[in-house]
Amino acid sequence: MPTLLKEEREVITAGIDVGAKTVKVVILKDGQILSRAKVLVGFDQRTSAEGAFDEALRLAGLSSEEIEHVTATGVGRKEVPFAETDITEVGAAAKGATFLFPSARTIIDVGAEEGRAVKCDETGKIKDFAINEKCAAGAGAFVEAMSRALEIKLEEMGEISLLSKKAVPMNAQCTVFAESEVVSLIHAKTPKEDIARAIHDAIASRIASMVRRVGVEREVALIGGVAKNIGFVDSLRRSLGVDLLVPDEPEFVCALGAALVAREER
Amino acid sequence: MREYWRWPEYRRTVPDVNWREGKIITAGVDVGSVSSKAVIMVDGELFAYSIMRTGSSSPDSAQRAMDWALEGTGMKLEDIQYIIGTGYGRVNVPFATRTITEIACHARGANYMWGPTVRTVMDMGGQDCKAIRCDHRGKVTAFLMNDKCAAGTGRGMEVFADLLAVPIEEVGELSFQVDEEPEPVSSTCVVFAKSEAIGLLRKGWPKEKVLAAYCSAMAKRIYELLARIGVEEDFVITGGIAKNIGVVRRLERELGIKALPINPKYDPMIAGGIGAALFAKALVEKGKREKR
Repeated sequence: MPTLLKEEREVITAGIDVGAKTVKVVILKDGQILSRAKVLVGFDQRTSAEGAFDEALRLAGLSSEEIEHVTATGVGRKEVPFAETDITEVGAAAKGATFLFPSARTIIDVGAEEGRAVKCDETGKIKDFAINEKCAAGAGAFVEAMSRALEIKLEEMGEISLLSKKAVPMNAQCTVFAESEVVSLIHAKTPKEDIARAIHDAIASRIASMVRRVGVEREVALIGGVAKNIGFVDSLRRSLGVDLLVPDEPEFVCALGAALVAREER
Repeated sequence: MREYWRWPEYRRTVPDVNWREGKIITAGVDVGSVSSKAVIMVDGELFAYSIMRTGSSSPDSAQRAMDWALEGTGMKLEDIQYIIGTGYGRVNVPFATRTITEIACHARGANYMWGPTVRTVMDMGGQDCKAIRCDHRGKVTAFLMNDKCAAGTGRGMEVFADLLAVPIEEVGELSFQVDEEPEPVSSTCVVFAKSEAIGLLRKGWPKEKVLAAYCSAMAKRIYELLARIGVEEDFVITGGIAKNIGVVRRLERELGIKALPINPKYDPMIAGGIGAALFAKALVEKGKREKR
């Protein structure tokens, strides 16, 4: 990770990303991640945000007074009473991804209920972006629904799909219709690995067309929870025809971006 | 576990039609993505029909619907002179002589069911919805369709019936048992609308109110499609959703136009099948003329 200026030492900030499905928190000190925490969004976003924040503090061995500035992002970013500022998901994604990959010019963020493509310059400044927040077929919710239909654990979808040797087309675009199609494919005795690949190819082609709207400029970074699915990463790589930079903890990148913004805004 | 989405399958023979005296016996088989309908007509009069769930195989579904329509009538498949397949699975009707698109069939069927004054047909089916404009002969002049997205289709309504544990036939009535009309569900996507509905239930909304919000969202969606093509009266609704007054009344409110009431003689789900059977009759007549 890039080193920071001396006068910025000892500054502790936090970024909190309140997503549709999970809340992610990153606590940052001197450009180093002290802790990460993630909790599912339960009954309400506020309680979940507090829970994730407390957990991150506990893991870092800190008290809330020691955090100089908290910046929130994500769909529920206005629901974080203890955040001093907030930033859009697009801004947080660009900030976090270019911190990890300074050469990244196109950032693709695929979350549970949204997908984003962000184009930025060498300073991380946003030049253009596209968002899908209207349709589950271009978000993690699609793969999740399909894994239920296929009766395969979501975490296992990626590995299983990589075993596929045959591309099977999926006709349905809509998540609801695709569920029925998956059931028909199962009835037709299509191997599960081929169905899993078809699912990843389907969402990848939708993400790819969104990315093409802003243009594919290298390097291309892929972040968000769905980036943990190696089957999807493989399909998207093939669909876009470029290599993808995928960080180790892709779903924490927006929280990291928010923590970096917190450092600037304190 | 009870399947709340499961709408009743049934068959019917129209009394007082003696098919053995009929000159032209034809059939239309409409294999939709959700339901399959077989309609038998004798000299252009409705004789028998069946409505059932489409299974995983279209040819089987077509066969089962046809067999069921014939059941108890004494008529055999060989007695039917001409069969036309229509609907999403129309190429998979093994015993059909030819296929015609469901757009043409719905317009033709609506013209027969409601008469030559029909100018706009809204077909709300299981996995798609179509806004069709037609002339006094039931010939299509323009159409728009959504077959990409479950929003505004019967499948979307099935998802909600299941979620709220309300039998699908009761959705419409229940959706009016509210003190005041709620705002429509804001998510278009059925998957997101479902999450939104779960949130509303947690907030303490009774299920009638959630149904009202969803019926109203669906009506809005259909309205947008109709507004793009324009509505000219008489206006009619075909397909399974035509039976859901929760959607129909709200759509009429949006449009400021009333749909012609359902004719109890004809189930609105068989409009496509009737149209296909009528096209089949016309083809038989044409064949006879050419032979002469």
